[in-house]
Amino acid sequence: MSKKPYKLEARNLNAYYGGFHALKDINIAMEEKAVTAFIGPSGCGKSTFLRTLNRMNDYIDGFRVEGDILLDGRDIYNKDIRVDELRKEVGMVFQKPNPFPKTVFENVVYGLKIQGIKDKKVLAEAAESSLRKTALWEEVKDKMDKSALALSGGQQQRLCIARALAISPSVVLMDEPTSALDPISTAKIEELIYELKNDYTIVIVTHNMQQAGRVSDQTAFFYMGELVEYAKTKTMFTSPKHERTQNYITGRFG
Amino acid sequence: MTNSELNRFKDKAFQGFGIFCTFIGLIVLAIFLINILIDGLGRIDWEFLNNLPSRRAHRAGIYTAWIGTLWILVLSSVVAFPLGIAAGVYLEEYGKKSRIANFLEVNISNLAGVPSIIYGLLGLEIFGRVFGLGGSLLTGALTLALLMLPIIIVTTREAIKAVPRSIRDASFALGASKWQTIWFQVLPASFGGILTGVILALSRAVGEAAPLIVIGALAYVPFAPTSPLDEFTVLPIQIFNWISRPQAAFATNAAAAIIILLLITFILNGIAVYLRNKWQKKVKW
Ligand SMILES: Nc1ncnc2c1ncn2[C@@H]1O[C@H](COP(=O)(O)OP(=O)(O)OP(=O)(O)O)[C@@H](O)[C@H]1O
Ligand SMILES: [Mg+2]
Repeated sequence: MSKKPYKLEARNLNAYYGGFHALKDINIAMEEKAVTAFIGPSGCGKSTFLRTLNRMNDYIDGFRVEGDILLDGRDIYNKDIRVDELRKEVGMVFQKPNPFPKTVFENVVYGLKIQGIKDKKVLAEAAESSLRKTALWEEVKDKMDKSALALSGGQQQRLCIARALAISPSVVLMDEPTSALDPISTAKIEELIYELKNDYTIVIVTHNMQQAGRVSDQTAFFYMGELVEYAKTKTMFTSPKHERTQNYITGRFG
Repeated sequence: MTNSELNRFKDKAFQGFGIFCTFIGLIVLAIFLINILIDGLGRIDWEFLNNLPSRRAHRAGIYTAWIGTLWILVLSSVVAFPLGIAAGVYLEEYGKKSRIANFLEVNISNLAGVPSIIYGLLGLEIFGRVFGLGGSLLTGALTLALLMLPIIIVTTREAIKAVPRSIRDASFALGASKWQTIWFQVLPASFGGILTGVILALSRAVGEAAPLIVIGALAYVPFAPTSPLDEFTVLPIQIFNWISRPQAAFATNAAAAIIILLLITFILNGIAVYLRNKWQKKVKW
């Protein structure tokens, strides 16, 4: 039986904020072009783990990791990996929509511009295709040179997703991407995640069990820095192995 | 009186006290302004602005002085603007933990408190004597640039600090380097604040007489300067000179020059306020 290759893998991963042991011996392998959801109570280390996957924690004083994180089999914490190259492969969407205080167009093409791409036609085409992928094109095509801050929260978040897609990553990390949004915007983004799965490997942190159930193929449950359970979402939601997982999923704690 | 009535009374009383205090400041300022306007407004005309200095009060003008002031403003901002912003960016973004940065930081706060006449002595020695620039515009501008630097550095840091973490995160997550993030996101977003600081520093520098007198700026300069190495005078020195003469006519001249100086300061402050509002409206988090 030939399995899909693993896109992302963590092996014996430990992470520390100074003396605080935030991630404890994490082992996990995520499939390509699948959606993996991270769930668990507040402070259990979901964001920390997500941010080690594109090394966003590099900027935090005293943060350090041990163990390996493999992207397509290569260790991303290896010395000869360039962080900017890594982030072109692994995009990220944040909890609160954070468009730049610039035009819609400038937002979408920022990642390309800093790579030195100046050709107006190339940029315009990339902008349109990324905005179409996030179903935002029809809504903003007449507002390309208006401020992105004038868009609604849901539109801003989809703009942030489009911005991340514009540099053609293969992985997209999302940290509670809908927690600041209304139900309709949330539904749109969930639909979008479902679509994007065809082309991207997606890792999503969520506090919303229904959301994890709806959008993800695999679910990982974290508790106090440990990966307690990792399984197919269906399996985990119907017959969790651990009592903790069961209690969390059914809302008895967390 | 019940407790809540008492509280309401205290509230009212404090409000009244606050208004009273504000008014004292405003009234003093208003009296001063009205006085100056009565004394000097009639004296301001085209000739006054365009005449060279003279021993006869009615023929004396402030041409050399305001040209000198303009030169000083432009030259000192050309020097202080890039240096101050670069220093602010370094301290805020790069030098956070290093020992040099700590050392610099303490000294910059100290510098901001140094009396301006000390800057004059420094300028006299270093720019005037060691660099051999004498009592030229350049010496004056460099000296005032030193005086402006701490203000610009501090406001630059504040403005940079106000740019939220989330904007930097977004930029880094798209593969931007630290420098790209600073250049394309942080600086544009904080530009309003930085500019406000620069202009406030300028409006402080434009009123300085003491350090310029120390470096040897002259009250009597027969011609307006045409290059940075020329001798010069500025409005505050001209005012100081006129005020110290016994004839009443010169006092009138001084009042008129004060109006012009105030006008320049108000315009600079107005620009600062305008820019701040404009950028605040554009950049909302
Ligand atoms: N910058 C930091 N410095 C020190 N400790 C941190 C830092 N960021 C997070 N932590 C700690 O690491 C632990 C994990 O935090 P993390 O943000 O990963 O949790 P989370 O699972 O994402 O929680 P939430 O669901 O509330 O977002 C917490 O105990 C937190 O206090
Ligand atoms: Mg989190």
